[in-house]
Amino acid sequence: MDLAAAEHLTIAGLVVVGSFFLAVGTLGLLRLPNVYNRMHATSKPTTLGTAAMFLAGFVQFGPGGAGLTSLVGIAFLFLTVPTGAHMIARSAQKIGVPFLGTVTWPTEREARGADGESADEERTGREN
Amino acid sequence: MVEQTTAAIVDGALVLVAVLCLLSSYRVIRGPTVPDRVVGLDAIATNVIAIAMLVALKTDRGLFVTASIVLAIIGFLSTVTVAKYITEGDIITRRNE
Repeated sequence: MDLAAAEHLTIAGLVVVGSFFLAVGTLGLLRLPNVYNRMHATSKPTTLGTAAMFLAGFVQFGPGGAGLTSLVGIAFLFLTVPTGAHMIARSAQKIGVPFLGTVTWPTEREARGADGESADEERTGREN
Repeated sequence: MVEQTTAAIVDGALVLVAVLCLLSSYRVIRGPTVPDRVVGLDAIATNVIAIAMLVALKTDRGLFVTASIVLAIIGFLSTVTVAKYITEGDIITRRNE
């Protein structure tokens, strides 16, 4: 097997892996019950899938030029996607989207365990 | 032979990711809350980045890699903007009047 064939096989494998992770992320976005669970589904597998696509681009274009841009894209995705997901989760909690079952915000659980403070007082206290 | 198989796989992945974009738009339209819609739009943005990367692989042009990075920047900025707008009712807020 010569080098070009190995390169094409690597690209094909990375594209298959990326498509699988993107499909898993979109399936989670459609099927999971809550906005927090959906965000968990879209942020992690979708990042991995797109990173696999970028790696396929790095394999195709080589270490200079567009391949280097692909590596920069991977670093950018790993920096920005968790930040965006964290901001959406925070805003969803602030406008009062309910949690599933017995899930609580961590500071509320601490406050309730310490002196039985109600959750509403804790929420108004955190916004200041 | 290997080259044709890789081209066929890239074509199939393009079709698959386009269908995934359509499926994500279900969550954007039917999402019960506003953050649901934002999450759906974020997923669509990431899928479009993957589509740009696949087009770069298909046409062997490095220009589309740059285009996908620009799409990533725009998607991140829009997500942060909408999250701030939901929370505080304004995008650029002043801490103290």
